[in-house]
Amino acid sequence: MTEILHVRDVTVRFGGVYAVQNVDLRINNGELIGFIGPNGAGKTTLMRVITGIVQPQSGRVFLQGVDITDKATHLRIRAGLALAQQIVQPLRALTLLDNVAIACGSDKTRHALKSMWVTDIRSERAQARELLARVGLSHVVDELPGTMPLGYLKRLEVARALALNPRLLLLDEPLAGLSQKEAASLADLIATLNADGQTILLIEHNLREVMRICPTLYVQDNGKSLAFGKTDQVMSDPNVRNAYLGVGHA
Amino acid sequence: MSYEITLMTTMAISVLFALSLNFITGFCGQISLGHAAFLGAGAYTSAMLSKADVPFLFTIPAAAICAAMLGAIIGLASLRVRHDFLAITTMGVGFLFVGIIRQQDFFGGEIGIAGIPSSGFGKGGFMLICIALALTFAAFSLYVRRSWMGFVFKSIADNEDVTRVLGIDVSRYKLIAFIIGTGTAGVAGALYAHHFRFVGPDSFGFVESISVLAMVIVGGIGSVWGVIFAAALLSVLPMLVQFIDDYKLLFYSGLLFAMMRFSPDGIAGLCTRLFSSIPRRVPDNGGNNR
Repeated sequence: MTEILHVRDVTVRFGGVYAVQNVDLRINNGELIGFIGPNGAGKTTLMRVITGIVQPQSGRVFLQGVDITDKATHLRIRAGLALAQQIVQPLRALTLLDNVAIACGSDKTRHALKSMWVTDIRSERAQARELLARVGLSHVVDELPGTMPLGYLKRLEVARALALNPRLLLLDEPLAGLSQKEAASLADLIATLNADGQTILLIEHNLREVMRICPTLYVQDNGKSLAFGKTDQVMSDPNVRNAYLGVGHA
Repeated sequence: MSYEITLMTTMAISVLFALSLNFITGFCGQISLGHAAFLGAGAYTSAMLSKADVPFLFTIPAAAICAAMLGAIIGLASLRVRHDFLAITTMGVGFLFVGIIRQQDFFGGEIGIAGIPSSGFGKGGFMLICIALALTFAAFSLYVRRSWMGFVFKSIADNEDVTRVLGIDVSRYKLIAFIIGTGTAGVAGALYAHHFRFVGPDSFGFVESISVLAMVIVGGIGSVWGVIFAAALLSVLPMLVQFIDDYKLLFYSGLLFAMMRFSPDGIAGLCTRLFSSIPRRVPDNGGNNR
């Protein structure tokens, strides 16, 4: 299997506190990995290291074998990453369609000066329409995000990330704040995307859905790698149960 | 007739200047409280070149380049900060510009530069040049708004972090907006210098920066037509009404406050709401309308 992402021995310190400590993580092409851990485990920090928002004190990050540790966020995205953020951040002045269309036009926005000479947006809007249909939002494409419920905005985040045609899709708590029914539906969508060949790293607190759709789990606690492997094996690991339920419940 | 020509010329220069700020603040969402510094950079460049017998038309690109270079330097340094920090940084640039100009004999010091040669096109011809340049930049602004660059600007103005996560080099786009906006302010400065035939440090201070910001906000941030209307109106009001001329800063500040309180999207937003609230006429089809 081709390796898509390799986080190698990464450490992040905020002051004297280790948010991530000597973490190693590999993701292969076509995998759907559930990334779990209790609050404060350093999940979002590691995600931020991967996207370049946080610089590690030590360690490297490789995307498809290329060292991206020193690259800016926008270059990492162009190298094949895409992120759906934990707190939904739609572009509120744009319709749902244009929120996705701008991501579809990444070839046209690559060079700032060249982008001035291009006005045609029809093909990107057509592509965006397809992506919004794929995530179940075809009936609200012309609406502004401000009028949409959270469940729709979470799907919009996923559609916008998919529009970048990523090699690795990073989903940061996409199910947070959703009702059980909405969460199950979005989890189904994530599983379908993976079945279609999309490599996904899914940070999530909703263990029920993670265990249902993710064949592989990576667990982090207090900034350290705790377990990595098949979902059943990982969830029966006493260390993981301790981390989640406390000593004595394992 | 001469008075009307003066009014029209003043209007055209103000429209060009306001549109140049609209490019940065309106399109790209980067607040600037020191935009008059770039008007001044262009005005001083053009004035000094004209005094050195360079023809007026050649001083225009020189003024644009000089202001744009200054804009690029300041842009590189200050576009890393955002929102109120950017406002304070650009305000500092405005004060710095006036402070430097005031202290240097090379720039005429406190007295400024007087006796700038005429443009050579007569008052009417000069007015037409000013109007043509203002209209050209207005057309360019409208075009950019429709282009992918305008699309990205809108996205940056909305949320920089999200735009970055879409793989867009936000800093590059912001810098380009800054360079185009400041370069155009430099062109407005060249026209300003040849309109008044005098430039001094007081002409490019904080009040001028606030005045042009008022034009953009009153017109409607990002709206080309709104800004043209507001700049044309606000630039000649002090010339037509003595009271406004006497209390210019008070008037502009009051207007800014009123707009932010009652119509944050300016006259353009007001018009949009007004027209969208008028019910559309439905063709008569024998009383079957529902």
